[in-house]
Amino acid sequence: MATLTKQKIGSVLAKQGILVAFALFIIAFTFANPKFLSVDNLFSVIRSSAILGIMALGVTFVVISGNLDLSVGSMMSFSTIVVLDLHDKIGPFLAIPAMFAMTLCLGAFIGFLVGYLKLNSLIVTLGMLSAIHGLTLTYSGGKNMDIADKEGTWFSVFGQGTALGIPVPILIFLGLAAVLGLVLARTPFGRKVYAVGGNGTAATFSGIRRARTVFLCYVMSSACVAVAGLIQASRSLGSQNTVGQGLELEVLAAVILGGASLMGGSGTIFKTVIGVLILGFIQNGLLLLGLQFYVQFVVTWVIIILAVWLDIAAKRGKLWSPIA
Amino acid sequence: MTDPVLRLEGIVKTFPGVRALDGVSLSVMPGEVHALMGENGAGKSTLMKVLGGIHQPNEGRILMDEKPVVMAGPLEAKAKGIVFIHQELSLAEELTVAENIYLGELPKKSFGRVDWATLFSKTDAILKKLNVGFGAKTRVGSLSIANQQMVEIARALTVDAKAVIFDEPTASLTDAEKVVLFDVISDLQKSGVGIVYISHRMEEIFKITDRITVLRDGQYQGTVETRETDEEKVTQMMIGRKLDLSRNASHHELGDVALEVRGLSCGKLYDDISFDIRRGEVVGFYGLVGAGRTEIAETLFGLRDPSKGKILLDGEEVRLNSPSDAIARGISLVPEDRKGQGLVLGMNCRDNMTLPQVDDLKAGPFVAEGAEVAIFDLYRDKLDIRTPGWKQKVGNLSGGNQQKIVIGKWLSMKPSVLIVDEPTRGIDVGSKSEIHKLLRELAAQGYAVMVISSEMPEVLHVSDRIVAMYSGRIMRTFTSEEVTEDSLIQAISGIGGDKAA
Amino acid sequence: MQPGALSDALKKGAIWGFIVLELIFFSVAGEYLSLSDNAFMDYENMLLLLKQSAPIGIIAMGMTIVMINGNIDLSVGATYAIAAIILLDSMTWPIFAGLGDWVIPVAWLLALLAGTMLGALNGIIVWKTGVDAFIVTLGSMLGFRGIVFMFNGENPTSHLNWTLVDFAEAQVLGLHTATWFLAIVTLVLWYVMTRTVHGRNAYAIGDNREAAVNAGIRVGPHMMINFAIIGFLAALSAVVFYSESGSVNPNDGQLYELWVITAVVLGGTKITGGAGSVIGTLGGVIAIQLLRKGLGHIGADTSTVNLVIGLILIAVLVLDRQLNVKGKEELKV
Repeated sequence: MATLTKQKIGSVLAKQGILVAFALFIIAFTFANPKFLSVDNLFSVIRSSAILGIMALGVTFVVISGNLDLSVGSMMSFSTIVVLDLHDKIGPFLAIPAMFAMTLCLGAFIGFLVGYLKLNSLIVTLGMLSAIHGLTLTYSGGKNMDIADKEGTWFSVFGQGTALGIPVPILIFLGLAAVLGLVLARTPFGRKVYAVGGNGTAATFSGIRRARTVFLCYVMSSACVAVAGLIQASRSLGSQNTVGQGLELEVLAAVILGGASLMGGSGTIFKTVIGVLILGFIQNGLLLLGLQFYVQFVVTWVIIILAVWLDIAAKRGKLWSPIA
Repeated sequence: MTDPVLRLEGIVKTFPGVRALDGVSLSVMPGEVHALMGENGAGKSTLMKVLGGIHQPNEGRILMDEKPVVMAGPLEAKAKGIVFIHQELSLAEELTVAENIYLGELPKKSFGRVDWATLFSKTDAILKKLNVGFGAKTRVGSLSIANQQMVEIARALTVDAKAVIFDEPTASLTDAEKVVLFDVISDLQKSGVGIVYISHRMEEIFKITDRITVLRDGQYQGTVETRETDEEKVTQMMIGRKLDLSRNASHHELGDVALEVRGLSCGKLYDDISFDIRRGEVVGFYGLVGAGRTEIAETLFGLRDPSKGKILLDGEEVRLNSPSDAIARGISLVPEDRKGQGLVLGMNCRDNMTLPQVDDLKAGPFVAEGAEVAIFDLYRDKLDIRTPGWKQKVGNLSGGNQQKIVIGKWLSMKPSVLIVDEPTRGIDVGSKSEIHKLLRELAAQGYAVMVISSEMPEVLHVSDRIVAMYSGRIMRTFTSEEVTEDSLIQAISGIGGDKAA
Repeated sequence: MQPGALSDALKKGAIWGFIVLELIFFSVAGEYLSLSDNAFMDYENMLLLLKQSAPIGIIAMGMTIVMINGNIDLSVGATYAIAAIILLDSMTWPIFAGLGDWVIPVAWLLALLAGTMLGALNGIIVWKTGVDAFIVTLGSMLGFRGIVFMFNGENPTSHLNWTLVDFAEAQVLGLHTATWFLAIVTLVLWYVMTRTVHGRNAYAIGDNREAAVNAGIRVGPHMMINFAIIGFLAALSAVVFYSESGSVNPNDGQLYELWVITAVVLGGTKITGGAGSVIGTLGGVIAIQLLRKGLGHIGADTSTVNLVIGLILIAVLVLDRQLNVKGKEELKV
């Protein structure tokens, strides 16, 4: 009986482990520094996580469909640079839709390669990481991009504005999370994403168009990247052309931390948001404790491995792997 | 009298919901070829997994040279001299033949270097014995499936084997290659090795084996001397109760032809297939594994492109390019591989069941969950699916209940043609007869039903007509009145196919 | 001819054919487009090319065996940076003050040891927890990078030892020190992968893990050894490169994993494991470096290199898919 309850606690821990860890973190940090749980600080954490978080929302779709996307970082640099450049050339009203169109084209191209041509997503998006980076450099001529008139544009509203006292990036992030959460959890498309990632063959045998579903996931991901790029551009009104470099792996870390399996078929938008916030809170909390920013890297490392390990340990019912 | 090299005594193995092995005994004498027979799901492979240490028995013991042993895993079995020749190939395709044969036991020189000279000379000796047309240095991936099978067989000759288990070794071999295999077996026999030979092919069994042990539904049916028995008696033991062999007697009123296939071919998979199914009719497709039945079903479901021929639905010729085309035309397929093709195991019961129609069940932009639950409840009651609730993950259900979810999934599509492929594979007897009853009822309601099965009683039980297939061709079509077990077995073995339909 | 033999031959020779194409293209195009008067196929230029291939190349050899084994390592860039810092930092540690130039081998040893340990750590985690290597090394990529910053914050670590620089810039038999290291590593790993039990078992594990387990091959230790080797090689790459440059930034080595994986895949190693060769990878490394230099030669900037390499990687994948299409009657799943 004792073992039974122990097992139960174990399985609850494993299932909701990430939430438990999240709660523990917040409690610990709050004890260490009461400022941690203040509204201002919460806002600051979410705002600084917003760009990463928005990209993570899109990547969640891709990962649940059983694929990877390593190209989101360089794609974000691309959309940031493009929208900044076009802002001065054709004005923000046209620049924003033009940038979205271009970014969605990139996503559609990846979706075509992975979905319809059934190519390995890791390699395709690795190639696209490099190719889009090149595209961005070519586009910008290797220079940083700045808006000429930084004071006189309303374009800064996406990154710097507030509405109802809440910073706009937070509103966009949480709003998008709510919408995409509903799409994933409640719409036929979302259901198909889970089916394709859970068992692609069975999904095909159920009449689901697997290629189209995967394609749409990548398009969705690129749309999120475009939004992230928009916020990034609007926040600083100028940017280096490597602004998104390395973000792809942080994004993936957040998604995995949220409990999505790289095998596909599991994960939720809510959990991804938690994953993003955990990364944000670790960063923030360690800084408040007076620790250097790089300590968060090490802490994140440990947390990612522990989180995934406990998750699969619970599934196989054994802590250690049976590999001989 | 000599002692058996290997003896299994009263083996019991249960899985949740199934008693897979119920007191099975088997003894193999040195130098004996012992056939293990039974229908699919009779427990042969489970028994071999127990012997190989992959499953631990709940009761009973394994003895080698009359000493009880415990098989902790495949390695231990091998170390004790039990060698398995698997039906599914377990080869590393990029490596050479020699490396595959000595996988895990490459001869070593100093500093962990491979002793290629020894490896190749040993391998060449084995290959010479097998009389195959490839060398030790050939890359396994470049060999034909039959030759890959020979590589697998060559593994048995590397160790000092006490007992060798052949699991359907001839499934992919040509006649000439079979002769070589039988020579190998008789060589092993002469050196005192005990051999367990698992096969469905009667002619082989009677050619090379000494004794036959038969399993049915996980139960031991007895062991007979091959010389003192004949095919009919063995078949009787395998299929069991006379009752099971009863044919379907009741016919429903037949409607129009729902599905007609004319001269359908698909590469080497099947050739010139023609048949029709009327509403209210159950047509059984019987044949050995690999006869091309599943491939026909997959073609009808839009998963393969036929190279020739026509498919007509309600008299109208159709092109089916994808499962969604087929579904839109009212075709449903309950696939052969329940876990691989039928279900998303990590999804809940309801979502699995409504997956093909999730686009149509909408309330605004969202899935109408109420409608989904209603569909699930309806088919849960209709099919008597036992689950704590729709939220249960399908992976947690028993095989029979899983199968009912798949069937419910396709019934809820209200198809005009229902194709079921091996509908009762690996599920318990109780669920089996329920599913049989269900298939008859569906026909009564006006469905055109195509049943693919490798189990004779099943085909006899449910079919109005039976199509017998052998190696990609239809040999003969029987009505349920004219069919006999003998004629059916002959037709699917390629004998007496001159009366082709 | 067996079906598939043609595609096999094409695939094996493809990377070298590609290199020849590149050489021809850049030589010819260089005549018209190049800003300098030097020919592209200049002897010195080619030697330099090999030298410049070494840092990525040495790591790529390790990545090849890890990927043949069925795993992947994303943390090599960070390991590279750690080893570089240890190399340069340790030469200034007070305890080694009395060693004179003998501090060099000590520093080398420390750096290589650190790399090997970090690699082995990845390997042990993959082995013992059963977490996918992609996730484990994604995590350690972050973690190792954090460790890099712990040494010196965001400041570069510098130490020039002229004996060391001389050694690194030496040319023996015409080849630079770095080139020699690349050549030796390639040869040794080629020998290990084709001639030793460890190498052959690594192939078997990547090819068909279940078969390997059933045949009694111990999967875990082999994986761990390969991770230790790639850690060692990431450190070796750093040691060779930073002996000459003498200064390391905490962000050095970032994105190396991507370059390395690109080279390995171009060289024909299967992403799912079981197939590939270090010789092919050498081809992949040289092809990438040629592309960089060649595009520079004809006046294209670095941006084009990224674009072209990315698209070539995808083109290779598309081509591979086309060559492997089975009959028309294949199941459409």
